[in-house]
Amino acid sequence: MTARRVLLHAALIAAAALTVLPFLWMLLGSVKPDSEIRADPAAWLPHTPTLDNYRQWFGALRIGTYFGNSVLVALVTVLGNLLFCSMVGYALAKLRFPGRRLLFGLVMVTLMVPGVVTFVPLFVVVARLGLVDTYAGLILPFLTSPTGVFLMRQYLRSIPDELLEAARIDGAGEFRIFARVVLPLCGPPLATLGILQFLASWNNFLWPLVVAQSQDRYTLPVALSLYSTGEQATDYGLLLAGSVMVITPIVALFIALQRWFVQGVATAGLK
Amino acid sequence: MTAAARRRQAWTAWAFTLPFVAVFGLFMLVPLVSSVLMSFTDFRGSDVTTPWAVNVVGLDQYTALFADPAFRRAMLNTGYFVLVGIPLTMAVALALALALNTGITRFRTAFRVGFYTPVVTSVVAVAVVWRFVLQPDGPLNRLLGGLGITGPDWLHSTTWAMPSLIVMAAWRNMGTLLVIFLAGLQALPAEVVEAAAADGAGPWQRFRHVILPLLRPTLLLGAVLISVVYLQFFEEPYVMTRGGPLDATLSATYYTFNQFGFGRYGTASAAAYVLFVVIAAVSVLQFRLLRARE
Repeated sequence: MTARRVLLHAALIAAAALTVLPFLWMLLGSVKPDSEIRADPAAWLPHTPTLDNYRQWFGALRIGTYFGNSVLVALVTVLGNLLFCSMVGYALAKLRFPGRRLLFGLVMVTLMVPGVVTFVPLFVVVARLGLVDTYAGLILPFLTSPTGVFLMRQYLRSIPDELLEAARIDGAGEFRIFARVVLPLCGPPLATLGILQFLASWNNFLWPLVVAQSQDRYTLPVALSLYSTGEQATDYGLLLAGSVMVITPIVALFIALQRWFVQGVATAGLK
Repeated sequence: MTAAARRRQAWTAWAFTLPFVAVFGLFMLVPLVSSVLMSFTDFRGSDVTTPWAVNVVGLDQYTALFADPAFRRAMLNTGYFVLVGIPLTMAVALALALALNTGITRFRTAFRVGFYTPVVTSVVAVAVVWRFVLQPDGPLNRLLGGLGITGPDWLHSTTWAMPSLIVMAAWRNMGTLLVIFLAGLQALPAEVVEAAAADGAGPWQRFRHVILPLLRPTLLLGAVLISVVYLQFFEEPYVMTRGGPLDATLSATYYTFNQFGFGRYGTASAAAYVLFVVIAAVSVLQFRLLRARE
């Protein structure tokens, strides 16, 4: 039995190493001069550690702009989803109005529509509105999501009606009830939704690749992909430093909030 | 509720739904309907300013699509990626979930965090490392060289480029399935598994005849989730191989993206719709299987 346990641990540690080592190598490689990576690709520790790769990003390559764009797009997307999806979720779960079934039906139908299907006409809509290469063009299509509405509606149905009735009898208006009674109870689904949307926005690639056409609007993945398929395609030191800066914020967030991330996956699985 | 109160509530509800309906209508429903319509026209990039002036061409886009060797290649490649990638990802995730569930109680969270980390990272960023590892003189081939094997130029070989992308995708996505499978395993009734052990069933028999059948709904849920992702794969070939060599890693989504880039919006829409139908059919099939066995 103990031999089996040792074997099991060894196998798990080996698998975990295979999963995590590429990130460690990325980090170590990002502080090596490119010539050193080239000379000995299999080496782990840098002989002459340098921050030159990072300096290049902060200098000529304007990573601050891309980083700022990624943060702005992700934050506005998250806030929009939290606010608008919880409002619709509340209306669908607790209010009676003509069109409620139709709206919920449409949300359910679009829940499973893959992004690739709407991507071309979506670009036409955004182009017609004159939003190509603008922040609005990057953000608006993702400002709400059927997934978010579904998530909030399912959760809000579990809030007892008596609570809302009590507030109504006290003379509170619907907006007040929503802001003071409903929202404070929505911590868990809002956390899940916020994390799911932040992750999706931070790593979103196809849409910003198409809509962001000038360097001023590039998000981090778009900028990194253009450098890694362009002239700098083999400057691994530089590209590794870029990769480190793309994944560090999201991995830090993940480790800090890992319980919520995992819950998000489980929820997405239940939809 | 009085009629006045009911009317007031309806107005409130509409006000609550207004921002969502505006965004959802304009950026989801309109494109969803337009993509069908566009696939029956010769819509081109230059028609964006005059979208009503395009010609209706019936099913021409679809016939042209299936006559295009690149599209057929892209669909076959997508099938290859899905049919090899999903079983591989599921098998690895299930093996790890079983190991974590049976043997480990301490450090379980640490392991789960480790295995899940690739899921949250951008494909574009991790592709840099993978491209380097798979270089002709990169770490992988040096390792193989040490064992006396001459490794191929992985990403420039029509044979090896696709398997390389599949392994990379499995590495990045197994964490999602691991979390789902682990939750499924922990929800299994412990008495049943213990009873099987008491009846003298060995570990393999318990897995094969007790755990696997009970876990079927969880496995199918995982399969549905991951197949929707895999059927749309795009970022891996875009940053690793540019769809090459010789279209060996061109995916259906990549084909759509290329047609869009050429300004052939009608063709791109038709290709996207074919993929949509495949995704829907695969999902329905998987749910049927799920129901049939319950």
